[in-house]
Amino acid sequence: MAEITYREALKRALREEMQRDPTVVIWGEDVVAYAGGGAYGVTSGLAKEFPGRVRDTPIAEEAIIGVGIGAAMGGLRPVCEIMTVNFTLVAWDQIVNHAAKQSHMFNGQIKVPMVIRTPNGHGRTAATHSQNFDAWFAHIPGLKVVAPATPYDAKGLLKTSIRDDDPVVFLEHLQLYGTRGEVPDEEYLIPIGVSDYKRRGKDLTIVTWGRMTMESLKAARILAEEGVDVEIVDLRTLRPLDLSLAFESVHKTNRAIVVEEGWRTAGLGAEIAASLQEQAFNDLDAPIARVAGLEVPMPYAKNLERATLPFAEDVVAAVRAMMQKQY
Amino acid sequence: MDKENLVALYRQMVLIRVFEDRAAEMYAKAKIAGFLHLYNGQEAVAVGSVSALNPDDDVVVNYRDHGWALARGSSARAVMAELFGRETGTTGGRGGSMHLVDVKNRFWGGYAIVGGHLPLAAGLAAAAQYLKTGRITLCSMGDGSTNIGTFHAAMNWAKLWNLPIIFMVENNQYAMGTHYDVHSAVPMIQKAAGYNMYAEEVDGMDVMAVREAVCRVAERARKGEGPSFLNVITFRYRGHSMADPDVQRDKAEIARWKERDPITRFATEVLLRRNLVTPKELEDIQKSVEHEVEDAIEFADKSPEPPLESLYHYIYQQPVRNMQIAGSLIRPPTLARDIPANGKHA
Repeated sequence: MAEITYREALKRALREEMQRDPTVVIWGEDVVAYAGGGAYGVTSGLAKEFPGRVRDTPIAEEAIIGVGIGAAMGGLRPVCEIMTVNFTLVAWDQIVNHAAKQSHMFNGQIKVPMVIRTPNGHGRTAATHSQNFDAWFAHIPGLKVVAPATPYDAKGLLKTSIRDDDPVVFLEHLQLYGTRGEVPDEEYLIPIGVSDYKRRGKDLTIVTWGRMTMESLKAARILAEEGVDVEIVDLRTLRPLDLSLAFESVHKTNRAIVVEEGWRTAGLGAEIAASLQEQAFNDLDAPIARVAGLEVPMPYAKNLERATLPFAEDVVAAVRAMMQKQY
Repeated sequence: MDKENLVALYRQMVLIRVFEDRAAEMYAKAKIAGFLHLYNGQEAVAVGSVSALNPDDDVVVNYRDHGWALARGSSARAVMAELFGRETGTTGGRGGSMHLVDVKNRFWGGYAIVGGHLPLAAGLAAAAQYLKTGRITLCSMGDGSTNIGTFHAAMNWAKLWNLPIIFMVENNQYAMGTHYDVHSAVPMIQKAAGYNMYAEEVDGMDVMAVREAVCRVAERARKGEGPSFLNVITFRYRGHSMADPDVQRDKAEIARWKERDPITRFATEVLLRRNLVTPKELEDIQKSVEHEVEDAIEFADKSPEPPLESLYHYIYQQPVRNMQIAGSLIRPPTLARDIPANGKHA
C-alpha cells in the first residue's frame, strides 16, 4: 500500500467522485488559478481534468455557501471550499439558518447534498486566522460534521460526504495536509458517524479527533517508554457523535482524558466528558480530564502561539498526572 | 391573454386579499401565532409574475410569502393549515407563515433572514444552467434586503456567471418601518447598474405591467442573456407584520396608494372596460373566494397538530450510523422507542 499525503488523499477522493458523478462540482476561492489550484493545493490540476466543473468564485463566503445550497437544492452535489475555517464566520447565517434547516423546516421537501470543505489550523497567522470552531459546527442539528485525522480517513470520509444527501461540514487541518499515511489504490468508503481506535491500550483512554489524534499518538509513544499504555479513540465524526468506542474503552481502562484543540469552555470536550460521566460513571476511577487550547485570541509571537495550542507534551503531562494520582 | 386567463388573474388577486384579511382575523383570535406578514396591496406582483413563468421555473421569495404560495398553486387549505401550525400545512406545521414551501410547484420558499435566500436563488439558477434544464429562477425580495451583503454577492455572482435569474425587488418603500430614503443611499435602479445588469422599473399596482415585464426578462434569461433586475414599485396596506402598529407611516400616504388598488384597477380598467365580465360575475368571484377561504379556515381548524413522534423527522435526509446517540436525536424517553437503533428515522 502506498503512502500518500493527506492533501493527495483528499484530491483523490474529489477526483474519484467527480469521475463517478457528473453532478459533483467544486466551487471556491482560488480553487483553479492560484498556484495551480487551491490555496493549500488540494484541488491542484482538477480544473484541467474536469473542464467547467471546478470554478473560482468571488471572495464572498456567504455566496459560496449560499449558491452551493441552492445548487444542491437544484440537483447538483457541490463541494464548496472555504479557504480557512476562519472565513466560515462570514457564511455562518448560510450554514446555520439555511443549509442546516432546509430539510427539517420544510418537512423533508428539500435536501441539500453539499460538502463544505475547510481547514482548521495555525502557523503564525495570529488571532483572526488561527481558530478552531469544531464545537460550533457540532452544535447544530441538521449538519453532519466530519474531522479526519489521517490520509486514509480523509479519503474515505470525503467520498462518503460527497455522496451523502445532507450538508456535511468537512474539517481538514493545515498541519495535517503534509502528513503521510497508507492509502490503498482500490476504492473504499468510511461511514459517517463511526469512531475508530487509533491505538489499542489498557491503562487510559484518550478521546480526540483531528490534529490532536496525531499529537495523542506522539504522546502515546513517549508514554509507552514509561510503561503507560494508552488507548486512543478517534471520533472522526463530530456530529453525529459516536461515543460507543469511548464507552467501551473506558469500561476497560477506567480513566479518560478528552483532548481537543479548541477553546476549553463550552468546547466539544465538555460534551464528551458529560456524556462519559452520564453513561459510564461506574467505570471511572478518576475524574475525566481535559486537554484543550488556552482561551486567548491567538497571538502572533512564536512563543505565545506555541503556549496557546495543545501539543503531545500537554497530553503526556495530563496522562502522567492522572496515572500518578491516587483516587 | 384570453378572457379566461384574465379572469383567473383577477380571482387569484382576490383570493390573496381575502385570505390575508381572514388570516389577520385568525391572528386576532389567536389561531395564528408568531409573525404574520400580510400581502395586502402587493397582490399584483406575485400574480403577475407567476403568470409569466413556466410551471417548472424556480421561485424563491422572502417571508411575505402567502400570496406567492397561493399564486404558485398551493391550496388555501394547505397555506391556512400551515399558519395554524397543523400537520396538513405546506410544511406540516414546521415552518409557519414565513417558511411556506411547495416543491411540487418548484416554489422553494419562504425565507425569513433578510437577503439570506438570494444566494440560494442564484444557486438554483446555477444548477439549471449546469444541467441545461432551460429553467429560470425568479427571486423576489423586499427593498430592505438590497443593502445587505448577500444582495451584492448574489448580484455580482449572477452577472459574472450569466445566470438565468430574475432579481425582483418588491419595492414597497419600507424596510419594516424605515423609509427607502433613510435606508438606501442611491435610487434602486442604480443598484443594478453597479453590476451592469439589465433593469426595468415596473408599476407593481398593475398586474399586466408586472406580467409583461417578467415575460420580457424571462425571455432574456431563457435566451442565455443572463440575469435581470426588476424594481417593482408597490405598497403594503398593512403594517410590516401583525405586530406592527403602523404608526410610523402617514395615513394619507396609505390612502393615496389605496386609490391605485391593483384589484379595483384591474376590474375597472381591464375586465369591465373590455366587457369581459359583468359586475354580477365579479360579485360571484368574490363570493366563491370567500367560500374557499372559509373552507380553508375550517379545514385548518379541524386538522390535527403534527404528531409528537414526528419531531425528529427530516433533521437529516440520509440516516447514518450512531445517529441515535447524536445530540440531535436525544429525545424524551417516551419517544425513544419509536426510533430504531440503526438511526433510520425519516
